[in-house]
Amino acid sequence: MTRYLLRRLLIAVPSLLGISIILYTVLALAPGDPFGELASNPNVPPQVALALRAKFGLDDPVWLRYLHWLVAMLHGDWGFSFVSRIDVDRLILQRLPTTLLVIGSSQIVALLIALPVGVYSATRPYSVFDQIANTLAFIGFSLPTFFTGILFILVFSVTLHWLPIVYRADLAATGWRWYWEEFRQAAMPVAVLGLFQGASWTRYVRSAVLDVIRLDYVTTARAKGIAEFAVVTRHVVRNALIPVVTLVALSMPTVFGGAIVTEQIFRVPGIGSLLITSILANDTPVIMAVTFVFACLVILFNLLADVLYGWLDPRIVYR
Amino acid sequence: MFSMAGSTLASSTAEAVLPDRGSHARYVSPARDTWRRFRRHRLAVAGLTVLLLMIAAVALGPFLWRVPINDIDFTAQLAGPSWVHPLGTDDLGQDVLARMLYGGRISLAVGLAAMLVAVVVGTIIGAVSGISRGSIDTALMWLTDLFLSLPQLPLLLLLIYLFRDPLKQLVGPELGVFLLIIAVIGGFRWMQVARLVRAQFLSLREKEFIEAARALGATKWRQVMRHILPNSLGPVVVAGTVDVAGAIIAESTLSFLGLGFPPDIPTWGRILYDAKDTLDIAPHWALFAGAAIFLAVLSINFVGDGLRDALDPRKVM
Repeated sequence: MTRYLLRRLLIAVPSLLGISIILYTVLALAPGDPFGELASNPNVPPQVALALRAKFGLDDPVWLRYLHWLVAMLHGDWGFSFVSRIDVDRLILQRLPTTLLVIGSSQIVALLIALPVGVYSATRPYSVFDQIANTLAFIGFSLPTFFTGILFILVFSVTLHWLPIVYRADLAATGWRWYWEEFRQAAMPVAVLGLFQGASWTRYVRSAVLDVIRLDYVTTARAKGIAEFAVVTRHVVRNALIPVVTLVALSMPTVFGGAIVTEQIFRVPGIGSLLITSILANDTPVIMAVTFVFACLVILFNLLADVLYGWLDPRIVYR
Repeated sequence: MFSMAGSTLASSTAEAVLPDRGSHARYVSPARDTWRRFRRHRLAVAGLTVLLLMIAAVALGPFLWRVPINDIDFTAQLAGPSWVHPLGTDDLGQDVLARMLYGGRISLAVGLAAMLVAVVVGTIIGAVSGISRGSIDTALMWLTDLFLSLPQLPLLLLLIYLFRDPLKQLVGPELGVFLLIIAVIGGFRWMQVARLVRAQFLSLREKEFIEAARALGATKWRQVMRHILPNSLGPVVVAGTVDVAGAIIAESTLSFLGLGFPPDIPTWGRILYDAKDTLDIAPHWALFAGAAIFLAVLSINFVGDGLRDALDPRKVM
């Protein structure tokens, strides 16, 4: 297992490098130089501007600038936010836990919906339950997250006054009260993301289970007299999950996209809303760093998927 | 034409045999055969109907509903639906129906154009990768996998942030933003098509009819353009249909975040963005725009599902 994981880690390195090259190329191709904006600002004295140009290496060739940037990123020197006046890495570290909490719990919600519904639909294909679930799934992933978010606010905050509209990082309450408040304010963002993902995963699970459930080894398991529930949970689902894990890992970029939108709607102070505010404020170092963090998160989740493959199908590890 | 997908089984080949005029067996063209199978999917037919109605509405609507989209009327701010304004008015008293009909054109056009970009790029990359062996194939597939793991929305936002102003100066504000948005949305959606086309190419190029063409001296170009490509387009049509929905959502997301079209071009996402701050007073404003996006996306997804059943009967998903 360790060797397998090491191999996957080594494969992830070129992907990260590729992403960083793409990011840097985009920035280098962009007309005008975004770092230069600060340096050409008339309020900045010329010596400071020159020092800044030298610090950012604006007069070097592109590949050299890329290498400098990469080395700085690896050293943890992520630059300085023009707007918030603190180091970018500290800014991101402040915001990251909230994002991970919201994304993580929404993925759990999505799995709790998709697994039982998808498996049950597949064991009774074309039944009434299956058809209703299928139609609801279609509606679920056709509803864009920004619209569901607005609908939720309209129903649960504006009309019913059950849940707060704005997410607060600094809750005043303590103890159990804190958990309850945290639950109340996280409920809508998590539900919006979770329902959207759950709807599309339900279809993946259903079709993967349908592919497996007709195989001979399942018939054998039934013939041995194993109870139907055990056949489905132990024999069918485990194998059906392999393609599902692939699709879930592939949909990670979409998940982060949805997270940015929900954070913006519910004003969750995570890195997604940080990205939007820094784009609106032309805060280039923060934009670069947040995009790169999102790329790292996508790669990290792909690695997690690899670990899951190893657990679901031990043959993959020993290949 | 393209219904003779590479993945359809022997049946379509059998049906394509020239008709024997004496017998009762009637020749069914592949297009008609596809339509027959598509019709069986009732929700897909309903989706197609809704979609055609929406296209007709945004294409013809502005000629029938002649209220200007920027007619400011402060006496009718945020008014609910009435006979004068069937879908109500916005915060400047502008008619929401007129704005939605106009914005719908842009939203649907962006969806279609971005899909075309994605399908063309994906088909070229998939075809080159599928027909060439060795290092080119490996490199292109690495690129495809790399693009699949890129964080798309942050990059879309970054690209638009960096390139919006220069393009506006170059070709004008509306066209500039339109071109930029379809280029970046299409540029991040071609991977699925590339993979599908490559998979089709890999299986088709070993088939007997390609071997026959090769034996007859067909050049590689002719083999691809005449024989392999037309047969591999079935799954591409399905993926392309679903891509339209994805592109509409992507454009609405950008506009919703305030980084898509400027405020004077009321796409559905932009209307939603403008409406979200007055949800408590004027929910109708946001609801109509959101419902339009949802309805368009839902019906396109159903059409895609029906096409999948019709073109690719073996695949369940």
